[in-house]
Amino acid sequence: MKKVISLVMVMALVMCLMAGCGSNTESATTATEAPADTETAADTETEAPAEGGSFYIGGIGPITGDNAIYGLAVMNGAQIAVDEINAAGGINGYTVEYKFEDDVADGETAVNAYNNLMDWGMQVLVGPTTTGSAISVSAKVYEERVFALTPSASSPDVTAGKDNMFQLCFTDPNQGSGSAVYMGANMPEAKVAVIYRNDDAYSQGIRDTFVAEAANQNLEVVYEGTFTEDTATDFSVQLTAAQAAGADTVFLPIYYQPASVIMAQANAMGYAPTFFGVDGMDGILTLDGFDTSLAEGVMVLTPFSATAEDELTQNFVAEYNERYGETPNQFAADGYDCVYAIKQAMENAGCTPDMSAEEICDAMVEQFTSMSFSGLTGTDMTWSTAGEVSKMPVAVVIENGVYVTAE
Amino acid sequence: MEFLSYLVSGVSLGSVYAIIALGYTMVYGIAKMLNFAHGDVIMVGGYISLLSMTSLGLPWWLAVILAMVVCTVLGVVIEGLAYKPLRNAPSLAVLITAIGVSYFLQNSALLIWGASPKAYTPIIAGSVKLFEGQLSISYVSILTVVMCILIMIALTLFTGKTRMGKAMRACSEDKAAAQLMGINVNRTISMTFAIGSALAAIAGVLLCSSYTSLMPTTGSMPGIKAFTAAVFGGIGSIPGALLGGVLLGIIESLAKAYISTQLANSIVFAVLIITLLVRPAGLLGKYVPEKV
Repeated sequence: MKKVISLVMVMALVMCLMAGCGSNTESATTATEAPADTETAADTETEAPAEGGSFYIGGIGPITGDNAIYGLAVMNGAQIAVDEINAAGGINGYTVEYKFEDDVADGETAVNAYNNLMDWGMQVLVGPTTTGSAISVSAKVYEERVFALTPSASSPDVTAGKDNMFQLCFTDPNQGSGSAVYMGANMPEAKVAVIYRNDDAYSQGIRDTFVAEAANQNLEVVYEGTFTEDTATDFSVQLTAAQAAGADTVFLPIYYQPASVIMAQANAMGYAPTFFGVDGMDGILTLDGFDTSLAEGVMVLTPFSATAEDELTQNFVAEYNERYGETPNQFAADGYDCVYAIKQAMENAGCTPDMSAEEICDAMVEQFTSMSFSGLTGTDMTWSTAGEVSKMPVAVVIENGVYVTAE
Repeated sequence: MEFLSYLVSGVSLGSVYAIIALGYTMVYGIAKMLNFAHGDVIMVGGYISLLSMTSLGLPWWLAVILAMVVCTVLGVVIEGLAYKPLRNAPSLAVLITAIGVSYFLQNSALLIWGASPKAYTPIIAGSVKLFEGQLSISYVSILTVVMCILIMIALTLFTGKTRMGKAMRACSEDKAAAQLMGINVNRTISMTFAIGSALAAIAGVLLCSSYTSLMPTTGSMPGIKAFTAAVFGGIGSIPGALLGGVLLGIIESLAKAYISTQLANSIVFAVLIITLLVRPAGLLGKYVPEKV
């Protein structure tokens, strides 16, 4: 009997060792595979990158779950930027390694994703994508001195009190007050209803600044309705009340998924106001099975329009279309810009891959607060020491299923 | 006029709760177990009907029938694999198993159909306009209310008049005695699950038609609300499920409209707590003292 037990234990031990080996070799091959790919890509181009290491850039965002559209867009956008940079000779002559981890838009999962990336050797983080995750991770990056540039987490809480956490997107207050300013200038005498999600920091934050600024803009907010995650299926009461209050514009500082339900229900009850959304509305046109005619005339305040005429945007849109078969949204452009902003800062500071994450972090903070960057989502962007970006928003309107710059 | 409109949306929301609650109450009344996976069977029904309409291009009525067949099979399989072996286990074990099945279904759906939400095309579009267009009621709402009442009547007749229905009521009162009387208890309970799951498929189609969005977690929250409705109306009572569901919908709707959208849920559950304090068995439930 004893023999049997000891045999089983030895077996178990061997299994453990083998399992250990397995995962080691696995991670080793994935690590070597990636550079091999980029090298072959680089070989075909003019300039071969210098030997001796690569920069490790990590990304975090939801690529599964309710908010998957955002994470996927950021991941794909950043991937295009990384491939372009590697093909053109890398940053300061060194290739860039890029790895993206899923966080399902959940704070705890995001911290785990961050830890995984740090084990992988991450030096700079592009992310997290969503506000809740970014707030959780920002405490970690501050503590461990890793430079982070979030493409799209827009709450001021993300950057508050952390000198090495930067945003590429507008902050929520800017989106709210920006929307009010836009409406005040372009839709005078609008009667506005606001429907927002009051258990969500993103939605609440934008609503607060919108309502505050609306008072200065002579906008009349005739109705305010809320919902929560649990009640995000039935909006008929809010819509009826908004209609009864005479609202001709409905401001929706929410994500696209409940927004799609609101549009469908408003359509079913024959209520056709102008819907006005912010960056969370981006993605509604790619929602699987969504009848895009419902979104006709929807206005979105966004820094990126895929129909812009400039060459940079046109090339990016063409490349994205070819690779992923859809028109990139603002998040993809944000992800793309993040990588290029980091490249610019690294080149200005003369970073090399043998620098620790902390050394790079200090150099980046110095660069970001002093440089000016032009990309897809704005020209001459600058950053405050608080990590907030300053750039001009553009309003787009959905016509025939595509975004068109509004006049 | 707005009041009527709020009332209408309350009734249509309530009837969706009621149809789901009917499934809960059927299974609870007969098998004496809370099938927490019910909400997820609804979600499966939604996906099957959506896919058979979009990918297979079937007409909506065929899609509904297909969804009902798939859900019935699913319900019977779940019952056979997960609940039947636990027939004599403590009720807590069955409850935990049901929660396990619920997560299993959600995550399987996540694997099969992916996480991104899908927009559901309502099976009938459009609405009827009353009072010179001031009040509009969507056809889906009307269909939901009509279906809800039809199902309730059918279930009441079924349990009251048919042999199988009588067997179900016998099982519900005393399983051991029913067995002694020659009733096949296992088959009766499987039958209950089959009916409950077919109802879930109909509920799935109606839920998704009213709230045009479908993802793997779609069933869970309405499932919990409907469970609340079933308890509110008196769990185990078929008319109680209807009453509980519709009242819950109306209270929710009116609270949202006249008190505060922020407080609506608190008000709904406060009403529930007060009702249960006054009538522990729910509105139409029978209070049966536990025999020691």
